[in-house]
Amino acid sequence: MVNVTYVAKKILGLLVTIFLVLSFNFYLFRILPGNPFTLLYRGASLPPEAKRDLNAQFGLDQPLWVQYLIYMRNTASGNFGISYQTHASVLGLVVPSLINTVVLLSVASAISIGGGILIGMIAAWRRGSRIDVTFSAATLVMYSMPTFWLGLVLLFVGVIYLGLPVGEMWTISFGTVDMLTQFADLMRHMILPLLTLVLGLVGQYVLVMKGALLDVFTEDYMITARAKGISNRKLLWDHGFRNAILPMMTLVALNLGLSIGGAIQTETVFSWPGMGLLIYRSILARDYPVLQGAFLMVTIAVIFANFIADMLYPFLDPRVASK
Amino acid sequence: MLRVEDLKTYYKTPQGFLKAVDGVSFTLEKGEILGLVGESACGKTTVALSTIRLLSPAAQVMGGKVLLHGEDLLEKTENEMRQVRWRNISIIFQGALNSLNPVLSVKQQIAEAILAHLHLSGEEVDTAINRLFTAVRLDPDRKRNYPHEFSGGMKQRVMIAMALACNPEVVIADEPTTALDVIVQRQILDLIRNLRDELHLSMILITHDLSVVAQLCDKVAIMYAGKIVEFGDIFTIFENPKHPYTQALLKSIPKMEATKARLSHIPGSVPDLTGEVPACRFYGRCQFGQRVCEEVEPKIEQSGPQSSVACHFWRSIEPR
Amino acid sequence: MSNQTVLESEEKYSTARAYIKTFVEFSRLYRRNRMGVIGLCMLIFFVAVAILTPYLAPYDPTTTFSSAFLQPPSWTHLFGTNEAGQDLFSQVVYGTGPSLIIGFAAALIATTIGTLIGLTAGYFGQLIRDLLMRLTDFFLVIPALVLMIVLASIMSSGLTSIILAIGLVGWTGTARVVMSQTLSLREQTFVEASKASGAGDFYILRSHILPNVMPVAFAQTVLVVANSILYEATLTFLGLGNPAQITWGQILQFAFVSGAITTSWWYVLPPGISIMLVVLAFSLTGYSLDSIFNPRVRKI
Repeated sequence: MVNVTYVAKKILGLLVTIFLVLSFNFYLFRILPGNPFTLLYRGASLPPEAKRDLNAQFGLDQPLWVQYLIYMRNTASGNFGISYQTHASVLGLVVPSLINTVVLLSVASAISIGGGILIGMIAAWRRGSRIDVTFSAATLVMYSMPTFWLGLVLLFVGVIYLGLPVGEMWTISFGTVDMLTQFADLMRHMILPLLTLVLGLVGQYVLVMKGALLDVFTEDYMITARAKGISNRKLLWDHGFRNAILPMMTLVALNLGLSIGGAIQTETVFSWPGMGLLIYRSILARDYPVLQGAFLMVTIAVIFANFIADMLYPFLDPRVASK
Repeated sequence: MLRVEDLKTYYKTPQGFLKAVDGVSFTLEKGEILGLVGESACGKTTVALSTIRLLSPAAQVMGGKVLLHGEDLLEKTENEMRQVRWRNISIIFQGALNSLNPVLSVKQQIAEAILAHLHLSGEEVDTAINRLFTAVRLDPDRKRNYPHEFSGGMKQRVMIAMALACNPEVVIADEPTTALDVIVQRQILDLIRNLRDELHLSMILITHDLSVVAQLCDKVAIMYAGKIVEFGDIFTIFENPKHPYTQALLKSIPKMEATKARLSHIPGSVPDLTGEVPACRFYGRCQFGQRVCEEVEPKIEQSGPQSSVACHFWRSIEPR
Repeated sequence: MSNQTVLESEEKYSTARAYIKTFVEFSRLYRRNRMGVIGLCMLIFFVAVAILTPYLAPYDPTTTFSSAFLQPPSWTHLFGTNEAGQDLFSQVVYGTGPSLIIGFAAALIATTIGTLIGLTAGYFGQLIRDLLMRLTDFFLVIPALVLMIVLASIMSSGLTSIILAIGLVGWTGTARVVMSQTLSLREQTFVEASKASGAGDFYILRSHILPNVMPVAFAQTVLVVANSILYEATLTFLGLGNPAQITWGQILQFAFVSGAITTSWWYVLPPGISIMLVVLAFSLTGYSLDSIFNPRVRKI
């Protein structure tokens, strides 16, 4: 049923983009001032054997294009280098952090999108009412706030007035108590960063949903639908929502990159052990291998998420499915 | 069966009220096709939307009655109207380009119309849709397709099928063939004629195209600037038009057999309906216009057994 | 004076009058949008604060008051003091100028790049356009903040790297808008006429297309400034700024790093509210400019 050409094109696009990102990542970090060793090891000077080792592993005395090939081979096999600070494998640091961020961000996105859709529909259905105007104004104000600052304010309120914990995902070590208590502990740690992210994201979704729905209301098929004498609820959902959700989906995909920015800020403020915190700490320590690995992982994750959104789109819009 | 009495619908604009429909009256009997003719923006679509009360928020019915079997539709509540819509009066819009929801299958959209008014089981709905498709000469297997998979003419057939889904008493067709090319136009018109014969449809056919009217209609109402200027059976209108506007309209149809001559047209344009309008709206473009036309509104007078006209001088005008 | 000079000066006079007339008409259009006017007033306020900083700030922001560490607001210290005993009100006032200037500079770079790319993509052939569109899409799919962080940390930290980082990443919105405007302008007859009379591409771009693209690009710039100020604050907060240079983001960074955020609300609120108000001001102004210049924008 789904168009094979569409899927093939999207997969090709995915592979090409990932390839381009890898190459981009490579050149980006080669612009680094100083000798090539600074990328891999920071120290006063290296003993000759170490230099030989590094040369062999990363081909540092070879021309640039050979280094490029070695880099590609390394990355494909999961060798992202070694952290300056901990000398641990970068991949080993990056993957668990990514999981934590995905957990936080997916819950936040789900709430924001769901909330955005509902509030946007109310705002469109009751256009011009006090609820609509209030939401639009609140959205604009929220949008003008730096996410990290919102986090700081919520942190202050949460810690001083509500006694919520800060930092890490849970206070209780995993496995010592039952699932429910563990989950409650997780929630207590998650509520503030979650709130920060949701407040930052929801506004835009509300605006787009409302705009999309208002556009749909002016379409001819809405008049046909009304003429058929169907209930208001069917009108709003089967005709309004089903069509307005299309530009909404496009926005969600587009927004993924921006939500990462919000996640970085939130994790830094609340010390949530995700990619954001990892990046922040690697900035402070000038730990370039970790930074490079994190950049790569985050970008690939976003590209993948976009790809999944592209795959879901034909299910929503039959015109795309049969093109 | 359907009787519209002195319908007035005005649009609210910053410049004042736009009197789109200003005292329109006509009747429709069972099994009849009534043509509602006029140039663009003369109010024909507004009349149609007013009968089923589907106007935009800017428009308001300011007076008159719409009587279906004696009941005034303008007096009904919104809930009651929702039951009347489609079940008693359905409508086919022009420009089938976007009149169907692109994300729902055609079957879903027709089923929605049926289930909103009739209690049928899923199977019965399915059978009904098959029957409708066959009636409009479409392959019933295609009912699962989406609107973008149909051509313009086929989409219009779908619209017709959908309009007939609840066996309405009246079908309003608003410029059903305007957006189609000539060949498809012919097919659709033939289809409508067949359906009229098979189902004894009562229809209001809104169009600006007199040739369409000639093929299908039993009675014609000529509309100009929000008012009906002439009404009658089709032969009277075409062979013996009384109103200057009707005469001018008929004259401007190019004829295949006639000698080559300049196309005739009606000079001037429709008056701005928000401001001051002359008492007879056609004054200014009418070659017979006199002082009295500017000041006194011509009343509808009986001009024949089945026809009427609104003009001060209809008796003295000889058709050219 | 020769006849030629008289003619020239007459021409210049009438051109000047034409400009003034356009400006007056524009102000009337703009004044209709109440939100835009409020935004503009807020902008003027902050620019005034930036210009009048030495007169508005009661103390030198670096002066330490050794008896007053982390003091809440009082009559001597309107916004209180930080952990080094410095007056926060003076710091916030002194931070106005740099925060605005950095935002402007970064936005300038971003919109210049964006306009150039947009013009090229819109004017020249399909191949170039596809290539540049791919480039734009590529920059769009990479998370903006992450890229900025990487760029800023690679080029030694400090203000210049932040400005460059934001400018090199934030051009995509402008590029898209300018491209679509250029595309539609290209099809217009006056461009065809110009080509027919032998005008070269660069001449057409400079004299015909660019002036017509400027209004839309300008409206975009204002919104880009709003974003740039937010990004500057974020990047500085994450530690990529220059600690010696006071911006609002820098104040917040010190607050965070010193651990004072859980105790001292006066440290956190004023810089953040200032950022919010400035960004709001630019957004309101930008949106009302956009609704004047961009025919496709619908009033929300």
